[in-house]
Order: sequence, then structure tokens, then C-alpha cells
Amino acid sequence: MPPKGYIEVNELYCKACELCVEDCPQGVLALDMERLTSRGYHPAYMENPEACTACRICAVVCPDAAITVHRYEKVEAKDG
Amino acid sequence: MAKELIKGNTAVAEAALRAGLEAYFGYPITPQSELLEHLSARMPELGRPFVQAESELGAINMVYGAACTGKRVMTSSSSPGVSLMMEGLSYIAGTEVPMVLVDVVRGGPGLGNIAPAQGDYNQIVHGGGHGDYRMIVLAPASVQEAVDLTALAFDLADKYRAIACIMLDGSIGQMMEPAEIPPMQPLKTEIPDWAVRGTQGGEKRLLTSINLDPPAQEVMNHRLMTRWQEIEANEVRYKGYYLDDADYVVVGFGTAGRISLSAVRAAREKGIKIGLLRPITVAPFPNEILDELTQSVKAFLVVEMNSGQMLEDVRLVVRGRKPVEFFGRMGGVVPFPDEVLTEINRLVDGPLTTDGHPRNRWLARLAETIG
Amino acid sequence: MVVTDVPTKLVYDRPAALDPRVTHYCPGCTHGVAHRLVAEVLQEMGEVENTIGVASVGCSVFAYNYFDIDFVEAAHGRAPAMATGIKRVLPERTVFTYQGDGDLASIGMGEVVGAASRGENITIMFINNATYGMTGGQMAPTTLPGQVTSSSPTGRDVDRQGHPIQTSELLATLEGSAYIVRRSLHNAREIRRAKKAIRTAFEVQKQGLGFSLVEMLSNCPTNWGMTAVESRDWIEERMLTYYPLGDYKVSPAVAEIKV
Repeated sequence: MPPKGYIEVNELYCKACELCVEDCPQGVLALDMERLTSRGYHPAYMENPEACTACRICAVVCPDAAITVHRYEKVEAKDG
Repeated sequence: MAKELIKGNTAVAEAALRAGLEAYFGYPITPQSELLEHLSARMPELGRPFVQAESELGAINMVYGAACTGKRVMTSSSSPGVSLMMEGLSYIAGTEVPMVLVDVVRGGPGLGNIAPAQGDYNQIVHGGGHGDYRMIVLAPASVQEAVDLTALAFDLADKYRAIACIMLDGSIGQMMEPAEIPPMQPLKTEIPDWAVRGTQGGEKRLLTSINLDPPAQEVMNHRLMTRWQEIEANEVRYKGYYLDDADYVVVGFGTAGRISLSAVRAAREKGIKIGLLRPITVAPFPNEILDELTQSVKAFLVVEMNSGQMLEDVRLVVRGRKPVEFFGRMGGVVPFPDEVLTEINRLVDGPLTTDGHPRNRWLARLAETIG
Repeated sequence: MVVTDVPTKLVYDRPAALDPRVTHYCPGCTHGVAHRLVAEVLQEMGEVENTIGVASVGCSVFAYNYFDIDFVEAAHGRAPAMATGIKRVLPERTVFTYQGDGDLASIGMGEVVGAASRGENITIMFINNATYGMTGGQMAPTTLPGQVTSSSPTGRDVDRQGHPIQTSELLATLEGSAYIVRRSLHNAREIRRAKKAIRTAFEVQKQGLGFSLVEMLSNCPTNWGMTAVESRDWIEERMLTYYPLGDYKVSPAVAEIKV
């Protein structure tokens, strides 16, 4: 199944608390241990983006309102 | 408008209402309760908020909230209740929002009693609440003066974004006298720019007394203190009686000043050249006139219904240049004019000294009086 | 990993009613969730510009920094009194307090009981994390029996240190309270339920129905000495038994509200 959407993590706000990582039902998210934010946190990122369903749970549990969720619109097949 | 016979507390309540009081929050305490009772009927009649709070803490913080909207607000209490309000008063001073406080002073410390006293001078004039702030303190000596000072208190509070306190002793609050209450004034219509009201599409406003950065807090305290200097320069009020040729001067405020006036008149009849200085603003204190008098008189007698709290302010001005004697009654005991006259005679007869502390001499004399 | 040639729809964004500012809260602290929910609800109701907030003392002392809303800052525990003063002179405004458990249930119990008993038409956001967060994790009125804090180092001994206060249950007994509920912020489902309760509480005020309070069980990973994830488990395992979620007071008029 292709991903139904994607999220963006605003690294200004992310504090690497891991709640989104823990709660994502699809296991999409992880902390990026290769990078640090300007405040010294390993930010959350989409490790398995193809599994994202744009369910918004990550954004709902994020204590820092750091997550934006986008959903892909259904595109009707033109020649269908 | 004709004079009517009216109780001090009721008169102040009605005067406040007519000066544009928009919300009142209070808590019952003797000898102040008539003020709250009067407004409990009158404010709802006029569609203005009145809340009997759960405590003085609640009342002063309701005032704090309402004051943050820029409305004319007031609370009233008596000594122990005002002690409980000190927290809120400090916050209100630190937030620079105007309010009027009426303190109908009773005997203390502690629960004390409900008799008239002036023992709140220190907590009202010199602090009570924490931090660097001062309140404007008006001390009327009659019901009429209390009425007149009520409207002034609101004007001064608004003008300086400060707390203005009307410090009545219990006798002024409880006494019935003829007084004329000015006509109803329209409510203030302009909202100060600093007042919270909801952003309404503009920049958000924040009213707080917190300032975690010490240098910024220092700037704020400096602003408060320079504003106080302005108040000291512009708002000193006092009444002088027979001062022009006075060799001796009694200094007393409120009821103590009024009782002293009777004694001064009696002394004048006996040919003693004595006058009375009655501070109307005990804060700011009338330093200048007192300093002038220090040049011309032989000695001062300070009379208070406490242990000599204003006495220290007098001594700071006189600075040992002339003898200062003290007479006071405490704990709700009201002095008689005769007692003050006796003290005047003692002053005139001498010997006088600038040594020692007048409170110590007075305490020794008082021990003989009260056994 | 953005697939750019397919049109997308924004389905969740940071509410504009939150100021673009990083909070001082510790990583994982659900104060931030409660802030966001308040911002979302007021935004959805179109009330942001018509609202005055009252911040309290405790970890949320700087709450006013995070909302694009007029704010005042109360003395410790006095927020309901301050809100009363504001609401009485500006009855058309939405007025809310944001208070923690030390502020509301200990030093400020008198003020909140007074406001509730008067049926004061204000809304209270009450964060219960069973500890004094800002001062370093001391025992709070809500600290659970046996809970170790910096001032109950061997665990709260109820014989010596008394029992935790169940604030919602207590306030619900007052005739003046219109809407008193307890929710939790420990997972997405409960957060969504909390948001609905916050919406209801503000609707109660909007309709002039009286005193409304939403208690939110919250975490304090730093002072509880655990990770943010563990702290949410602790809410579920420990707090929910002493502080059951539910609607403690829904006056008949409030029951009519649909959100």
C-alpha cells in the first residue's frame, strides 16, 4: 500500500520526547540519532514513510505542537 | 445638595459609588461592614458588580482582576483583613494597576478588638506587602473629609496607576455626622491602553508582576520609586491650625488629630501659642511643612492612637533639631482631649530634651496611667 | 519523504492561537498538550480575540507566553478570584484560568471553592500531575499514597501526611458548579476526549451556565524520575485508580450542549 500522507516535524519545537515514536500505530517514526536540533535534541523523523496513514495520532500526542500532518488527496484516474 | 446625617462607612461607600466605582469586592469585618452592606444594595441597583468574596484574599484578588481591565474598583476591610490582603496589594502595586482600598482601622495586634485605632500606620504607610512599593494614604478626620477624599482617591489611583488607601480609624467609620455627598458622576468611558480586554485583533496584552530578570525588575522598581517621587512632589496634603505664631506644634492624623485640635484650642484659650499639623496624606508625608516648622517652633508633640508609628516619620524630618515628645493610646483606647491638654502643658512646662527616645519616656508615663 | 506530484491536504497544523515560541516545559510534559487543546478549542469557537486568560503559579506560570491571548498573572492559588473580578466587569469575554494541582487544590482551594459555589461563569483548566513540578517535585495535595516525592522521601504516608484530594469529586458537590469532569492526557484517545470536554466547558461559559472545570491528569517525567513514555504508563497504572476519569457534574442545562 502506498503511504496515505506524511508528517513534518518542526525541529524548532521538537524535544525528542519520543511520545510520537511510541504511539505511531504504524511504526513510522523514530528519533534521528544522526542529527541534533539547534536545541540539542535528536528530532523525530519518518523512518518508514511508506507506512504513514496520516492518522494524526503523532500530532495529537505531541506536547510541543511540533507536528504537521498532510494527507494525499485521492486522484481519480483520468482515463477510467 | 443638602447635608445629611450619615455614618462614615456608609458615606464613603456612597461617595465611592458616585465617584464612578464600577465594581466592589469585599468581605465582612467589623468595624467596616456597613460599607460592604451599603454597596451590597446599591451596586446591584445600578447594575454594577458586587461580590462578597470567600475571604479577604479572594476579595483583593477579585479587585486585582477587575483592576486589570482598567475599571474603577475598590475593596474595604479592617486591620486583620487588610493584613490578609497584603499579598494582593503587593501584586497589584507590582502590576501597576490602580485601585482604592479603604482600611477602617481597629485595635491590634492579632484579632485585637473592634475599637478605633491607628495601629495600621506601619502596615499601610511603610509596607505590609513585600517589595519596593508605596501606597498613597489618605487619613480623614471627619465624615465629610472621608467623603471628599474618596473621590480624590480614585483620581489619584488612576493618575499614578497606584493603590490609593483611605485609612479611616474605626471612629470615623462608625461615627454619624452631617455630610454632603457629591452628586453622581458618570462612569469612566475611556479604557486605558494597558488594560486587558481580549486582543480584539490587536497585539496581546499581558499584566503581571513577575520579572525573572533582576536587572529588568530593578528598572521596574526604579520606575515605581520615581513615580513615588512625583507623588511626593505633587500630592502632599495637610491641614494646619494656628501654625503662624506657634511656639509648639502638635502633629496628629485622623481622629487623633481631631482630638488634638480640641486640646490645642483649649490651650490657646489659656494663652499657649500652640498649633496643630494634621497630615491628610500620611503617605506622601508632609515633610516640607514639618521641616519649616522645625525652624520656627520650640518643640513638637506627636499624638497617635498607636505606639508612635508616625512618630518615626516626624523624627526623621526633625532630626533632633528640636525636642519631640509623644503621647498615644493603643489597642483601641481613644485618648481624651484632656489627656492631650495635659501633655501640652507638660511640653510647655518642660524641661525638654532631644536626648533619648520619646517613646521610652511615654511608655514609662503610660505604665503609671494604665497600672 | 514527500511525494510531490500528488495533491495533499493539510489535516493537522499547529494552532495559530499558540504563539510561535518554544515552551519551557520539559520534553514530554503534557502541559504542552493541554495548552494546545485550549488554543485549538478557542480557535475553533472563534473566541481567541475575545478571551482573557489567567495564569497561575507553578510550572504553568509562563502559560501567558504561549498563547496569542490577553493574559494576566495571578498570585499563587488566587486565579479563580482574579478571573471572577475580570468576568464580573467584562461578562461578554471568555475568561479562563490555567492552574496546577498545587496552585488550585492546596493554596488556592478557598478561591476555587468560592468561585464554584457562586456559580461563577468562568472556566478552569486544572492540571493534576500529583506533584509540585516547578519547585522540584515536592508532595502535592494530589500526591498518591506511597508516592515518593522530594518532601515525602519514603513515600506519602497517609497517617502522617494525609490523603490526596479528589478535587473534581469535591467540587461536583457544590450547587454552583455546572460542569466538572476529569480527563487524562496520557494517550491520543484520552487527549481527544479531553479536547471535547474543554470545548464543552467553554460552551458552558459562552451560554452563561455557570462554573466549569476540566481536570486533566498529566505527567511530570522529570520529577517522577522516569522517561516521558514511562510517565504516561504511570498515569494509566497508578493515577487512574485513585482519580477515575469521568463526568462528575453535568448540570441539566449543560447536558443539552452538543459539541
